Amino acid sequence: MTAATTSASNAAKPAGENLRFYGVWLTGVIMLIVLPLVFSSGGSLTSFSLIGIAIVFALSYNILLGQTGLLSFGHAVHYGLGGFAACHMMNAVVSHGWPIPLPFIPLVGGLGGLVFAMIIGWVMTKRAGTVFAMISLGIGELVASSSLILRSVFGGEAGITTDRTALPRMFGWTFGPQLQVYYLIAFWLVISTVAMYALTRTPLGRISNAVRDNPERVQFIGYDPHVVRYFAYCFAGFFAGIAGGLAAISFEIANSAYLGAIQSGLVLFATFIGGTAYFFGPILGAILVTYLQLGLTDVTSVWQLYFGIIFIGIVMFSPGGIAGLLMMHRPLVRAGSLWSVIPSYLVAIVPTVALACGVILTIETIARYPDGERNPVNLFGVAFNPGSPATWIAAAVLVIGGFFVARLTWMRIADAWDRAATVARDRGHLI
Amino acid sequence: MTAAIEVRAVEKRFGNVGIIHDLNLSVAQGERHAIIGPNGAGKSTTFNLISGHIEPTSGEVRLNGQVISGLRPFEINRRGLSRSFQVTNVFARMTVWENVRCAVLWATGHRYAFWKNVDHLPEVRERTARILEDIHLTHRRDVPAGLLTYAEQRELEIGITIASGATVVMLDEPTAGMSHAETERAVSLIRRLTEGRTLVIVEHDMSVVFGLADRISVLVYGHIIASGTPEEIRRDPKVKEAYLGEEAH
Repeated sequence: MTAATTSASNAAKPAGENLRFYGVWLTGVIMLIVLPLVFSSGGSLTSFSLIGIAIVFALSYNILLGQTGLLSFGHAVHYGLGGFAACHMMNAVVSHGWPIPLPFIPLVGGLGGLVFAMIIGWVMTKRAGTVFAMISLGIGELVASSSLILRSVFGGEAGITTDRTALPRMFGWTFGPQLQVYYLIAFWLVISTVAMYALTRTPLGRISNAVRDNPERVQFIGYDPHVVRYFAYCFAGFFAGIAGGLAAISFEIANSAYLGAIQSGLVLFATFIGGTAYFFGPILGAILVTYLQLGLTDVTSVWQLYFGIIFIGIVMFSPGGIAGLLMMHRPLVRAGSLWSVIPSYLVAIVPTVALACGVILTIETIARYPDGERNPVNLFGVAFNPGSPATWIAAAVLVIGGFFVARLTWMRIADAWDRAATVARDRGHLI
Repeated sequence: MTAAIEVRAVEKRFGNVGIIHDLNLSVAQGERHAIIGPNGAGKSTTFNLISGHIEPTSGEVRLNGQVISGLRPFEINRRGLSRSFQVTNVFARMTVWENVRCAVLWATGHRYAFWKNVDHLPEVRERTARILEDIHLTHRRDVPAGLLTYAEQRELEIGITIASGATVVMLDEPTAGMSHAETERAVSLIRRLTEGRTLVIVEHDMSVVFGLADRISVLVYGHIIASGTPEEIRRDPKVKEAYLGEEAH
């Protein structure tokens, strides 16, 4: 779909729209404050902290991918260097007795990411497209391998450790308990998100979109696309560095895993799944991917396979990501024709879930086959023996049968969708 | 008075192939100048050479007396020359409003600013609104440019081109592919919007050319064989033979 990026706010917004705009932000902030009070276990606090860091990181990545059209395979470099900068700074603060409390440390991480972006960015952003992607891959590998070689800076395999509680206190907070770390992350999440959103509303942010759409034409309205890309790259590096700094505080360590290809891949993955065309897309993606990562690793040894399947599915069937899927429905909601689509969705759920179960059963059976009965596949409380032919038949029936029935229901969705879209078009809510 | 555009002895070769040779062209301030010529004569290449899209192999191009050949397109644009494209070249995923606004930003001095809210710049907003009014697209302001009709995209293309307030405007086949009625609309639009500016236009439609242009240059095989008023061009025997003659058959 060709939705305009963050085009909602133009000149002279009506008061109602303004109210809703600030309402959304306020709701987000309140949720961040209240969440740990509702889910107060140590595990969920850690999860929320990780999600907060992932959101900042994914949003910073979208400055490149969604806003400026730059596909980077090495964005974790700035995240990692931000993390190392933060760790070194924390250790320096402690050993020199500087009066810098912990809440300011993420800014140091941001500067670490920014400085490196300023140094390598000019060469990297000379060209967009494949050239940029390849250079980013190269820089990523270069920095990741340097981190193992330059032991004095990166601490080799072990990395650089630090102690966040040793820093000067602020408001009497030691930042020992996870709850305090969570609020520190939440604070920086809000600051960074507001700043990154504001960036999209500036002349530079708008021209970044223009460079994404048509770098050639930008030159004929007075702009140098290289400079625009460079600025975007620096901002992305800065906010990635903040995320890295937050990670360093949370884990009290920075090591080579921070800036490697896996980390770069994950952020690309989260941003794309969430949807690059909308500002909030990467937020959804970061939440989902972090949750999947935390949840799936407990249940299955082949969790990366599922990541891959989800990614391929999104790329093929919903290139706009989750945000794109959601926003597709906006014109229908406005036209009041959404209700005519919902029943077809409900009908499609059953065979689609059956198909998904079949795929999961197949994958898990293959993965666990050598263990046989000792390692059963547990699907909704039902244990399947991966060594038994009955399981294989069940998987085959679910996959094949599920696929054919699901396909029928998907076609029904398409029909219902067409009718609803026609209504929306007639009422002037869809172009 | 210095000419708005002065092209002197420009050559363009791609390898051994000479596309443009000994190109000389002078466009006076405020003049509406049309470049015509058969297909493949090098009209678009001439446009690309002047606007900095490609660099001449030799020779020089001057804009208001300043040498601009060898400069990058955005540097030439900042000196007051703006061009449109034969194939629609807009920002497809951005709205009509944003397309025009982007073209206004540099000229209003906001450059790469990342500390200003683009929605709170009154002069940008007013200028964008006026241009949308001018190109009759106000009612389509929130539509992504990629979803406009062809004729609307062509109008937007003109809007983006004039938005910076450039003193020299170059339009590359602005009415290509338009119906008769659409062409008439576009011509009156061009006439109105380029009032008081220098216009260079490449056009295939002879009624448009002879109705709009103060002067015409005829380009054949990368060389200008004649330059003059519409009346002079009509009478020129070389032109008749090389170009108009073909049409008269």
